[in-house]
Amino acid sequence: MDLIRLTGIERVFHLGDSVVHALSRLDVAIEAGEYVAIMGPSGSGKSTLLNLLGLLDRPDAGSYYLEGRDVTTLTPDEQAAVRSQRIGFVFQSFHLVPRLTAAENVALPMMLAGIPAAQRAQRVTQALKDFGLDQRAGHRPDQLSGGQRQRVAIARATIMQPAVLLADEPTGNLDRATGDDVIHLLEALNERGMTLIIVTHDPKIGSRARRQLMMEDGLLRHDSARPSAAVAET
Amino acid sequence: MRKADVLRFARDAATAYPLRASLSVLAMAIGVAAVVVLTSLGDGARRYVVEQFSSLGSNLVIVLPGRSATGGFSPANAMTTTPRDLTVDDAAALTRLPAVRRVAPLTAGTSEINANGRLREVVVAGTASTYLEIRSFKIAQGRFLPEADWNRGAPVAVIGAKIQEEIFAGRPAVGELIRLGDRRLRIVGVLKATGQGVGGLNTDEVVFVPVGIAQGMFNTHTLFRILIEAKSRDQIEEVKREVTATLKTRHSGEEDVTVITQDAVLATFDKLLRALTAAVAGIAAISLAVAGILVMNVMLVAVTQRTAEIGLLKALGARGDTIRNAFMAEAAMLSLVGALTGYGLGLFGAFVLRQVYPVFPAYPPDWAVVAALVTSLSTGLLFGIMPARRAARLDPVQALMKH
Ligand SMILES: Nc1ncnc2c1ncn2[C@@H]1O[C@H](COP(=O)(O)OP(=O)(O)O)[C@@H](O)[C@H]1O
Ligand SMILES: [Mg+2]
Repeated sequence: MDLIRLTGIERVFHLGDSVVHALSRLDVAIEAGEYVAIMGPSGSGKSTLLNLLGLLDRPDAGSYYLEGRDVTTLTPDEQAAVRSQRIGFVFQSFHLVPRLTAAENVALPMMLAGIPAAQRAQRVTQALKDFGLDQRAGHRPDQLSGGQRQRVAIARATIMQPAVLLADEPTGNLDRATGDDVIHLLEALNERGMTLIIVTHDPKIGSRARRQLMMEDGLLRHDSARPSAAVAET
Repeated sequence: MRKADVLRFARDAATAYPLRASLSVLAMAIGVAAVVVLTSLGDGARRYVVEQFSSLGSNLVIVLPGRSATGGFSPANAMTTTPRDLTVDDAAALTRLPAVRRVAPLTAGTSEINANGRLREVVVAGTASTYLEIRSFKIAQGRFLPEADWNRGAPVAVIGAKIQEEIFAGRPAVGELIRLGDRRLRIVGVLKATGQGVGGLNTDEVVFVPVGIAQGMFNTHTLFRILIEAKSRDQIEEVKREVTATLKTRHSGEEDVTVITQDAVLATFDKLLRALTAAVAGIAAISLAVAGILVMNVMLVAVTQRTAEIGLLKALGARGDTIRNAFMAEAAMLSLVGALTGYGLGLFGAFVLRQVYPVFPAYPPDWAVVAALVTSLSTGLLFGIMPARRAARLDPVQALMKH
């Protein structure tokens, strides 16, 4: 069974009179444990696709099955539960809560899920140690370097042990070396079984993934896993 | 999300922006403090007046010369000049009425007291032995005026506590001779200090003499008041009717006196001052509404400031109602802290008022305190709903892009 199955996905934005087809006729299947890079020029629909996968956005047409379950028909609260339990997000701009410490930021998904404080503390301590942040537990985001911030964000994204980790340009705000560290960290998580989907316009990073999805104008131009089945030109 | 976590999250969010938090707290505090202080003032005035009138004595009916036009009480009526004399014989006639327990005639004027080598101006009240019980006064030394024929009266006097202090420097005064105008009188008693006075007449500064003596001194036959004590509270109205009828007969069919009861006076003042207090509370409550609007704006700013954070919380699995509750909790906390601060400030303000005006019982009425706290909390929550719902409804993708 596929972890993710998208069929006939359409996402249309209306900007005044003009209509933008951010995603068109999209059919993709991703298996559990895969390492996928979504690539393509700016405005090609990469982020829109990732937001759909993360249930932050709904398609205008098509269906999305996550772990065999049609998630497009779920109520907002049910979708929130899926995000809480099955999906981890890593953003380009880290999105740490500035007033909370590293430990509190990492604990945030567990707090929202209603996990008792004692259990949270234990898991946060372990996670911070795993990501080499145990000296930074009490530091606020503005006291951390960019690489440290993104590691806190990754610790937060994985603390609920989601089925899939979605990363939108995770190295976009980092220098080369720090970015590579972050990529290695994500790849290590993938090696331990976590499905990893990275959006990037950096070919170097993209080529590291075992599978590449090339987007262009909302269309899936090339899927390295299915070279022959690339979408025809309209 | 657990309740304790919602509260902690809201508290941390509120304290992370101290300026806007303290602004809402301050606005709410001023509103509540205004209600507490102003109602303390209003209710203090009411209690002061009620106490002063209660001290007149129980079951009291007062006859004033002159007909009040409306029949109601007003300070102007109380000052009406005499169209027809109210005499000692009128007072004596009232003594025989069935519902009447006691009657005291009262005539008043100013004179000079000369004793112990000192001289001062005093108010002289001419009355009778019954006056003491009717007014519920207490004797400090000696006794009050002796029972006697109201038209004559022995050359004796009872002095107020302050006069004893000023003329005799606190030494026992009973038995001393004084000069009061052109009369030589012997002091038979000193009243206990009351600290009270109605209409500028502080009883501690009065010299009481038999009504006959006072009328002789001031060369008049007129009474200033007749004080009557009814046999019971239920009979006050009866006394009022009987007195009016009797005096009408005695004054050749003309109703030329005003009969007022303590209850009526009290009720009028009580009603008036309660209304005043409520009005003042209402005006102060407007500041609570203003504070509520401020809290709303502060929360709207918070939602705008923290849009990206709200998007993040949604991405991390927060439900809409979780976010709404967190923002409502924050608004409620700001209001609650503001309300409690304001309550403290208000109590302190009332305390200062009581220090500055010790006779004035400036305590906030319970209803005002409850109303102020409930209003501030509910306005805080009410005005918190809109921003909280706005936060809960934010589109996560849009929200996350705001950074
Ligand atoms: N909320 C939106 N409203 C209107 N147009 C949008 C919105 N979000 C994305 N788009 C448009 O959809 C297209 C795809 O955007 P996006 O997925 O962000 O591209 P990428 O991440 O590949 O740069 C772009 O043309 C963009 O302008
Ligand atoms: Mg993008």
